[in-house]
Amino acid sequence: MSRLGWRLLAAIFAAVAALLATVVALNLRGEGNLSAEIDSASIQVPGPGSDPDALARGAYLARAGNCEACHTARGGAPYSGGRAIDTPFGTVYSTNLTPDPDTGLGHWSAPQFWRAMHHGRGADGRLLVPAFPYTSTTLVTRADSDALYAYLRSLPSVQRAARPHELRFPFNTQAALAVWRALYFKPGVFEPDAARSADWNRGAYLVQGLGHCNACHAKRNALGATEGPLDLGGGLIPIQNWYAPSLTDPYEAGVASWSATDIVALLKNGVVDRAGALVTASGPMGEVVLRSTQHLSEADLGAMAAYLKTLGATHADAAEPAAQAASAPPSAAGRGATLYADHCAACHGDQGAGIAGAYPPLAGNRAVTMAVPANLVRIVLEGGFAPSTAGNPRPYGMPPFSPILNNDDIALLLSHLRGSWGNRAGEVSAADVNRYRGSGAR
Amino acid sequence: MHHTTLTVFRTLARGCKTRVAAAMCVLGACLSVSFGASATPAFEDTLAQRLQACTGCHGEQGRASPGGYMPRLAGKPAGYLFHQLLNFRDGRRGYGPMTSLVDPLSDDYLEEIAAHFASLDLTYPPPQPATASAATLERGERLVRQGDPAAQVPACSRCHGDAMMGVAPAIPGLLGLPRDYVNAQLGAWRTGKRRAQAPDCMAHVAKQLSLSDIHAVSQWLAMQPVPPGAKPLAAWPAGQRLPVACGGVGVDAVEASGASR
Repeated sequence: MSRLGWRLLAAIFAAVAALLATVVALNLRGEGNLSAEIDSASIQVPGPGSDPDALARGAYLARAGNCEACHTARGGAPYSGGRAIDTPFGTVYSTNLTPDPDTGLGHWSAPQFWRAMHHGRGADGRLLVPAFPYTSTTLVTRADSDALYAYLRSLPSVQRAARPHELRFPFNTQAALAVWRALYFKPGVFEPDAARSADWNRGAYLVQGLGHCNACHAKRNALGATEGPLDLGGGLIPIQNWYAPSLTDPYEAGVASWSATDIVALLKNGVVDRAGALVTASGPMGEVVLRSTQHLSEADLGAMAAYLKTLGATHADAAEPAAQAASAPPSAAGRGATLYADHCAACHGDQGAGIAGAYPPLAGNRAVTMAVPANLVRIVLEGGFAPSTAGNPRPYGMPPFSPILNNDDIALLLSHLRGSWGNRAGEVSAADVNRYRGSGAR
Repeated sequence: MHHTTLTVFRTLARGCKTRVAAAMCVLGACLSVSFGASATPAFEDTLAQRLQACTGCHGEQGRASPGGYMPRLAGKPAGYLFHQLLNFRDGRRGYGPMTSLVDPLSDDYLEEIAAHFASLDLTYPPPQPATASAATLERGERLVRQGDPAAQVPACSRCHGDAMMGVAPAIPGLLGLPRDYVNAQLGAWRTGKRRAQAPDCMAHVAKQLSLSDIHAVSQWLAMQPVPPGAKPLAAWPAGQRLPVACGGVGVDAVEASGASR
């Protein structure tokens, strides 16, 4: 090989080595003396001497983070893991957070737990898959992480081995995770905004950090990354096929023009009657209310409301989205109108006004008119109940229409809803309905 | 008469306790009805109104006829219905549409829903005519009434009652159901797709049955008329034991080890 050839080869080697070093450095950034702390840490075992206040705080934080929802299989012991989470890259199985020494967090120390929450690395140092939302939990304080750790160690120990993830190559490799993390993850600290109230900052901390709201309420790119915890602009949850609406857009789920009382009521009860118009938390948000937000204090819900109110615009200063398809208003004598009269009007009213306290209106309902019709289609196909919470223990239910209406009929019906009573949203096609049919639990 | 008065009072009391705005809801409904077209039926704040999510598939008042696939709910023992709701929620029964419906509901509400459908005393429609041979039906009847001791299959009637209407609170009746539904349930138990609380007696029994036996049992059960006024036995007969240990039923099994709870 010529001298030039050798030089070229050496340059390539150097470039690869530099790139590798950069990826490794980016993956370990911010860890400082954590390894030393982990080496010297002893494992705490909560016993009679444990501070009950700290455990209660940890239990509360676990609710705020809704950890149990993902870390519990259907019908399984709480926090013992094993729930399958389908992603575009394969299936991830949640891990056992109980203190079992062989299959749970038994051998984990508090700094190791902190490293998982803050840096996204496991007790053995391996890089964790970001289905665990450490891109958000990185904002959780060390004190809160320690309280969570103490609480998890106080749970009944359950032996249940974690099922290995079933991710496709290359997503199942540590190298791929290292590259992903170098591109999209940076350990962060929640920086309070001095110009805002303590209440607002508490709300921002909960929404952006432990609450990991952006895990659903944000778009993901081709590699599954969001723009970070501050992006709450809405997105379709991959595979699940529910659309988590934008929390900044007043024509989706933005609440800038809502009263704080109404926001708190929705998060606490799963339903809120806003001047006679019922709003319900449905789909995955119903689960969030059921397992997480209904258990939070009024003060924390108020803080979250204070923060959410400052995201995005109000109706007054936002432009109404143009209807997707320029179409004539649906005919009152068309098949959509007939289907509506036969199947919907008894509860939602002839003019789509709903019934206060029981059934949401369809006229002027953002869930009906959002550009992405995923949730509307799925609610009609699958029906459903609002969550039964302490504030709304016996919710009303809507029947599933998937057994009795075909895709064409549902498309006509939904196009009718989206174009009637002042609604001006685009039509829904049979292909749209077909896309979401079969997305539900099997 | 006395009972009716009591029920009305109880309903009113419950409404006041759980929904302070009940009166306002009723008022709102009246307003919307008076402004709306006359075709819209009056809205009432009742449990039945709240449970339209159920009656869409299980028939008005939960009285689905044997002509379809969905099982009737009306008149089944409350404990049985409650256990099935829990089984769907906790993954022991695998039917996605039911699972998504019950997922966000509390144990208390599920229990109330079960009690509601159990309390409905509605006449049964005529059964489906059998489509199997006389020999198959004879085999079906023998399995239901006598079982097959050689295959360790107890008679259905040993647990489900001589009238096959079930035993309150947790053993279901077997009559008045669609044939395809009974057939599918026994098949699902045989393959482990449907499960119940451990020890799972029906899984044990179904695994002893051949597919042709399942066919015979479903055929015979589905052709039986339900006599007017037939109901689940109010209680398990004192002193009797179950032939197989059965979770959640509250009755001891023949073997001393077969604790039931």
